[in-house]
Amino acid sequence: MTQYDELTEFLLRLGDSALIQAQRLCEWTGRAPAIEEEMGMMNVGLDLVGQARNWYEYAAERINDGTDADVLAFRRDERAFRNLLLVEQPNGDFAVTMTKQFFYDAWQFHLLTILKDAKDERISAIATKSLKEVIYHLRRSSQWVERLGDGTDESHQRMEKAIDAVWRFTVELVEKNAAEMALAESGDIPSLAELPEQWLATVNKVFAKATLTVPDAPSTFYLSARTGMHTEYLGILLAEMQFLQRAYPDASW
Amino acid sequence: MSEWTLFEVFIRSKHGLNHKHVGSVHAADAEMAIENARDLYTRRNEGVSIWVVPSAAITATASDEKEPLFDPAEDKVYRHASFYELPDEVGHM
Amino acid sequence: MYAQQVETGVKAVKSLAEMGPEERAFQEKIDAEIKIEAKNWMPDNYRKTLIRQISQHAHSEIVGMLPEGNWVTRAPTLKRKLQLMAKIQDEAGHGLYLYSAMETLGADRDEEIEKLHSGRAKYSSIFNYPTLNWADMGAVGWLVDGAAIVNQVVLQRTSYGPYSRAMIRICKEESFHQRQGYEILLHMMRHGTQAQKDMVQDAINRLWWPSLMMFGPSDAESPNSAQSMAWKIKRHTNDELRQRFIDQTVPQLEILGCTAPDPDLKWNEERGHYDFGEIQWEEFYEVLKGNGPCNRERLETRRNAIQDGAWVREAAVAHANKKQKQQAAA
Repeated sequence: MTQYDELTEFLLRLGDSALIQAQRLCEWTGRAPAIEEEMGMMNVGLDLVGQARNWYEYAAERINDGTDADVLAFRRDERAFRNLLLVEQPNGDFAVTMTKQFFYDAWQFHLLTILKDAKDERISAIATKSLKEVIYHLRRSSQWVERLGDGTDESHQRMEKAIDAVWRFTVELVEKNAAEMALAESGDIPSLAELPEQWLATVNKVFAKATLTVPDAPSTFYLSARTGMHTEYLGILLAEMQFLQRAYPDASW
Repeated sequence: MSEWTLFEVFIRSKHGLNHKHVGSVHAADAEMAIENARDLYTRRNEGVSIWVVPSAAITATASDEKEPLFDPAEDKVYRHASFYELPDEVGHM
Repeated sequence: MYAQQVETGVKAVKSLAEMGPEERAFQEKIDAEIKIEAKNWMPDNYRKTLIRQISQHAHSEIVGMLPEGNWVTRAPTLKRKLQLMAKIQDEAGHGLYLYSAMETLGADRDEEIEKLHSGRAKYSSIFNYPTLNWADMGAVGWLVDGAAIVNQVVLQRTSYGPYSRAMIRICKEESFHQRQGYEILLHMMRHGTQAQKDMVQDAINRLWWPSLMMFGPSDAESPNSAQSMAWKIKRHTNDELRQRFIDQTVPQLEILGCTAPDPDLKWNEERGHYDFGEIQWEEFYEVLKGNGPCNRERLETRRNAIQDGAWVREAAVAHANKKQKQQAAA
């Protein structure tokens, strides 16, 4: 399990999270609750794969050993993946999928808003472009959370169950991380100190409209995607996603 | 019975142009109709503005009304600039 | 062709003299290439046939997402993943354009989808074949979309306005699908390993005949063709379109360096067309009846999607109603 420099690790965290979230959206193909939703989910997925590619390309340049975006996506093992634990969780029903999407979108929105002012021009450019897409993602998932939370009794119950199922993984969205603080101190990225409060404020606002309760602060130990300590779901997801690159290492696609 | 309402979708493709009817979407409410229309009809940068209207709210002319509604305009040529003949020396007007 | 067999409910095509004044005016408009619009008078059978044809076409787009969905989670590179996702999304979009055109005829989308799910409505037989290797994503784009495009290009001039406009939009967007598919195959043949080349030939072997079947039964077995052509909701016969497809596809096959699983396929100088072998029509009718390799799975997936999503759609309506009440009260 290679550890790269902190900034590269940070880029991989962004790229991996986008790719894994998109991969989960791809699993919905032909199975969405309405054909209109097929369009919506695929649009979000397309944006995210594009974002992943941009982060990977920058990471690959920094690693500078001949690697490229595809190698980073399709040839690393689960211990090397840095994605949020949240996005690797199975889709469950539409309530779980939308809850995950909303938590992730809110995190992306606030994070990219901060990163668009990064001194590093590459980070700033990718964040600015991605943010335009994520504003729409967040609006869409917020509305779904509101609809399902404040819809029928059944949809409300399903949302409560969904929140209960994935809430513990949001610990990664609100933790203050030493590596990122160091990156901010050295000026590589702007300070992310405000991110946890901003994320929580968005969740509070949308949940209030959705008549949903925000659980107490999550706690977890052992699991941490930053050191490749994933849940068991990621390995299976990668086995599927990376199948062709692994089975035919000499092939060109 | 449809579970969701049928909305007609109108898109302004460029600034300065009229909104043009492009088709319809199903949605639970107007807000969702806008999003669904955006995802469906503007995947290739086709629009700068979207209107949605519940299909049931549209009143249309019936085909058998074509003659009384539109034919009377046919003989009112004086509404068109080309009806007025001016000598060439007037130039473009 | 995505609508392979559309019942017209008409036994013999009427001459103008046999028609009442309304129907004659309608037929004269069609003969003069004037588009029929939603509010215009139209014979009941024209309306019903169009609903059947457009809904078959729309159902095919939606079911057609599934064979590709089978590989979208396994696309080998980020570029290929993006391309395939965009293509699948287009298919959902094209389904929606078509349902939208169909609804102008007074049909209800949910009801027509229910007919599909209960087995009363058809969709293209091609999507009942499994996609078994990555090259299938190329072959589907090249052969299946290629066959569909041959049909759709002529349907742009179909007599019903909303259908014609949907086809124009679809053709414009689909132009990338076939190229995308062919490029996948060409890349594997030119830059790939032997294993990849074998995948390509294997995909072509499996999908060649089913693609030819997409155009529907031969003209002799198409009792509904004459009426559909008189109404100009069909503009060429099945056999004409099939021949056109083969003629344009064989040279592309040769550029790939692959072969078709048809020993009788050869250029006929006299006809100026390729000759080809006998299509296994028994297989076609069996697949259409529901006995193809994936019919059950495809329909079950679609049924489950709609059933499992019922609570979501209901919640959205309930929420919209609540909001409307709040606004009215405010």
